[in-house]
Order: sequence, then structure tokens, then C-alpha cells
Amino acid sequence: MKARRSLWSILGSIEGLPVVGVLLLLYAGFVITAPTVFTKPLIYMSFLQTVPPWLVLGLGLTLVITAGEIDLSFPAVVALSGFVFAYVFKHVPGPWAPWLGIVLALAAGALVGWTNGILIAKVGVPSIMATLAAQFFWYGITILIANGLQIDIGAVEKTAVHDLFTGRIFGIVPAQALWAAGLAALLWFILNRHKFGEAIMFIGDNPNVARVMGINVEATKIQLFTLMGVIAAFGGLLLTVEINVFFPNQGQGFLLLTMAAVFIGGTLISGGKGSVVGTFFGAYIIGSLQAGVVATGVTSYWVQSAMGLIIIAAVVINVLIGDGRIGPASARIRKWILPARAQSAAAGKTTDVPKGS
Amino acid sequence: MTSTRSAPPKNASTEKRSQTAATPNALEMIHIEKYFGLVCALKDINLKVGKNEIVGLIGDNGAGKSTMVKILTGVFPPTSGSLCIAGRGVDLGSYNVKHAHALGIETVYQDKSLGEKQPLWRNFFIGREICYPLGFLNVKKEKEIASEIMVKTIGFRGAGITVDSNVSKLSGGERQGVAIGRAMHFEAELIILDEPTVALSLKEVRKVLNFVHKIKAAGKACIYISHNLADVYEISDRFVIMDRGRIVADKPKREFSLKSLDDFLLEYAHGRMDEEAS
Repeated sequence: MKARRSLWSILGSIEGLPVVGVLLLLYAGFVITAPTVFTKPLIYMSFLQTVPPWLVLGLGLTLVITAGEIDLSFPAVVALSGFVFAYVFKHVPGPWAPWLGIVLALAAGALVGWTNGILIAKVGVPSIMATLAAQFFWYGITILIANGLQIDIGAVEKTAVHDLFTGRIFGIVPAQALWAAGLAALLWFILNRHKFGEAIMFIGDNPNVARVMGINVEATKIQLFTLMGVIAAFGGLLLTVEINVFFPNQGQGFLLLTMAAVFIGGTLISGGKGSVVGTFFGAYIIGSLQAGVVATGVTSYWVQSAMGLIIIAAVVINVLIGDGRIGPASARIRKWILPARAQSAAAGKTTDVPKGS
Repeated sequence: MTSTRSAPPKNASTEKRSQTAATPNALEMIHIEKYFGLVCALKDINLKVGKNEIVGLIGDNGAGKSTMVKILTGVFPPTSGSLCIAGRGVDLGSYNVKHAHALGIETVYQDKSLGEKQPLWRNFFIGREICYPLGFLNVKKEKEIASEIMVKTIGFRGAGITVDSNVSKLSGGERQGVAIGRAMHFEAELIILDEPTVALSLKEVRKVLNFVHKIKAAGKACIYISHNLADVYEISDRFVIMDRGRIVADKPKREFSLKSLDDFLLEYAHGRMDEEAS
């Protein structure tokens, strides 16, 4: 018993373990239901290619939600940064054009994030309102200056930028998967091992505590939203460089999927606690669902419902585990199962008695 | 218990001044005023706290106690007036929480001293992290010191609470103990306790009062704010009574028994009611 408990506590102390479990279960399920697709490496390579852009967004959003705030404007930043990169690449001559494009795209993201931060921290607009407005505004601006047209940047394939961000390492592994993993590692250290991350957690926990303990709550929030803008711009860059084209409504549809990935990962919606590791695997869960469900051969009308079910299952598992610990959850589950057993035993007795008499 | 002496000096603060001329006061507030827009929250506040003195600050809701605490601790500046800490004037223009901490002023709030969902070790060092270069936390060192504070200063033993425990696992008294222990670790010269015993059971209140006795024994000063007269009376050397943004009485303990302090406050409140009625 004691040994088992210590095993539980060891398992419980590993961040994001339940999410990894859900991901493995999901893949196991797909291997059984769609063996022709899921026993070959190709599908996994394609996940490593499609998931990173909004995995990157989810990583940034994890920090924002940990601070007790929300950002709804990042899909617009995905479009804006893609536009800025594509425009500079197309219109600026010279070999360094893609690099300039990257710098300006990240700067555009920083600008959006910074204005969000000013509105939220200095003016006091609730983040859900400020960023909702920003999402409309910046999408509008992007479509306006792009004249609603897509920009084909096929030539980017021959540049070093393309190889660096979306090339195939050893000919198979998409580089963007490594960029996303590297960013996840960096943000994990920032959230869990840096004073900026600690400030984020205390602000999300209770901004008054943060303030009386000497944290500059306003400045931290502005920095956080600026960082979110830069990260969202980076996600937009990965997307645009990968598909070699900017289209004005790129990023649309990312919002809810990204939020689902963050919450599946165990980040608290109330703030104060966030899991970068959880978001990392949560994003792969969400990213695998659509292809996976289609591959099982059920009609594609099932996809949305199946996604909903799997998302809610993942979140319920996280709620059960509560504090991020498995121990309490196993105790709770035992509590649920045991009375049920006692009941069924009692029911068995009552049916047995008439038989015997 | 009743240390009431006959014919006490009329003005206790003048006596205090001459007594502590050699060692500077822990704190001196001179003509502090605070307006929120047109609303006057504090009017001509003059308050001194001696080096090893425990001052009980008493006043009704809205008397201005919390506003005063926030000015002392650098959460916001006063509209006018000046502030001396340990005998030295403070530049109120740049005064903030970090300065207050650096000058040895620590505050323990009723409910906003600790981050509930965070482990204890983070709560000990929040705002004053021990860092490697680039601002990365030295977690090992922070945990070591935190567990030392818990055993030596606060006196937590066993009970399944470690530096990795979340604050939400602690009882109310234990939380105040952690906050007071943190203040003492950072060598606070003046610890301000803002209603530390509200919503605590009697046993937990006892624990908190014992922590306050430790503050006195360690030679530090303290401002203790509470509604509970029995608590304030037990630990204070001097009582400061506030009403509607003013200090209306400032008297040493020997002028009052618990009963006479209670009567004084009641009479004062009645007098105010009469005044309002007329």
C-alpha cells in the first residue's frame, strides 16, 4: 500500500503525465481502428508538420491564461504577420528580404500585443474585450492593406529561411516541430524557473498579493501580452513559410482549437497555474483528432462530435486529478467504485434470497 | 493586568520623543494626508512607532487604517506629508513596495499575503527571488532557506507540510505564521499586521498572537491592526485610535485597562452618534 502510494506520488509529480496518457490512449485507439494509416510513420510526420503553428500559439496562450487573462486576438496576428512577411518578401529586393520580413513580422506581432497590454493593464479594459476588439481590428487592417488578395510566395522555398524554419531534418522530420519543441522548453523554463513566470503565476493567482509583494503587475501584463504577440507572429510565420502562400483569412479557426489544447493540458481557466508540457501534448491531441477520426473510416460528419467527446474526456480526467496529482484521483475513483460494488453485492443478495427459499 | 498609573503625562507622544531621541523611531509619519479625488481619506496623520514598540491601531471600518497601511508600505503615495523610516526621510515620489521592503517594512495582510495556488517556497521569495544571472530562479537555494524558516522561525514540525505544499493546504493561523516568518526572515524592522486574525478560530488566533510576541522578543517594531480589542490589548504597548481619517487618541497601555479601553471606544462612538444626530 505504502509502496503504491509513493509510486502514485512520483507519477503525480510529473507534469503533464495525464495528458501524455490521453495522447497515447488516443493513438492506441487509432492504431486499432485505423491500422492501415496509424501503423505507418507518414501520418505522424504529417502531424509534426501541421500541429506546430498553433502549438506555438497554444504555448503563448498558456502563459496568458496562467496570468488570469485571455487573448482572442492571436488568429489576427497569424494573418498580420503572414502578410507582413509575404509583402516584404515579394516587394523588397535582395537576398536578405526574408530575414527583414521575419523581423518586421515579429515586430508587427509585438505591436499588436503591446497595444493589447496597454489597453488591459493601463486603461483597465478587460482582456476578453480588448483582445476581441483587437482580433476584428487587425484582421480588418490585414485584409484592407492586402486588398483581400492572397500573396503567393513560392520562391521562398529556395531560401535559407524556408530550410531553417520548415525544412526537413534528415529528410524527414519537419523543422517546425523542433522549433515548437524548443519554444516549449524555453517557455517552460520561463514559467517555472524564472521570476517573470513566477510573477505571472502570482498575478493569475491573486493580483493583490502580487502587488503588495512588490510585483509591478501592470508592467508584467504589458510584457506578457507583447510576448504573446511575438509568439503569435512566430506561429503565423511558421504557417506562411510552410504553405508558401499568405491568404487573408489565415489563422481563422485556430482560436477554439488552441484554447482547447491549453485547457486539455491542465492549465487552470481561473489562472495561477499553467502547464506548458500539458499544452504541448494537448496540441498534438487536438491536432491528431481530425485526421485520426477520418482515418477510422466513419463518415466525416462524426469528426466534430468525436472531437467534442475526446476534449471533454481529457478535461474531466484533469479535473479528477485536480491538483495535478494522480493520488487523490485514484482515491476518488475507488470511492465511486466501492459503493457501487457494495450496492451490486446487496442487489445480488436480494435476488439470491428468493431463489434459495 | 491593569498597569494604570495615576496622573499620566498629558501628551504621551512628547514623552516618547524624549525617550527615543538616541535610537531613531522605526517609523514617523508627519502631516500625512491622502485624498482620493475630492474625498479625504486621511487628514493630518502624525504617528510614531518606536524601535521595539508594538502599536495597536484601532478604528472602525472606513476609519482610514488600510489607507494608512498602504501609504506606509508604498502601495500608493500620500497626497502630502512626509515619512521617516529609521530616522531617515523617504522620497515619497519614488517610494514603492520594493523600497519599503528594502527599508525593512513588511506587511502581513488579512487575506492577501500569500498566493493560494502556489507552493510555500515560491511564497517566501515572491518579489525577492534568489536568482542566477538573467533572472532564472535558484530553486534549490530558495527551498533550502524556506524550509529553514519554517522550522526555525515559524516552528512548523512534521504535520505533512513541506516547502512544496500549496498554501491552500494550510490553516488560517498557519498562513499568518508563514507571512510573519517571511517578514522576520527578511529582517523587517517594522512589521504591519493588517487584521491578521479575522475569520480565524480561537486556537488559530492564539498562534498568531504568539507570533507577534516573537516579533517583540526579536527587538522589532509592529503595528497591529484589529477589531478585536482583547487581542490588541494583550500585545500592544500603545494604542492609536482612528476615526474618519484622523487619529483621535494616541495613548500608552498604562492609561487603559481592557475595560477602560472598551469604554473609551464605546463612549467615543456614542459621542459621535450624538454629534451626528444633532
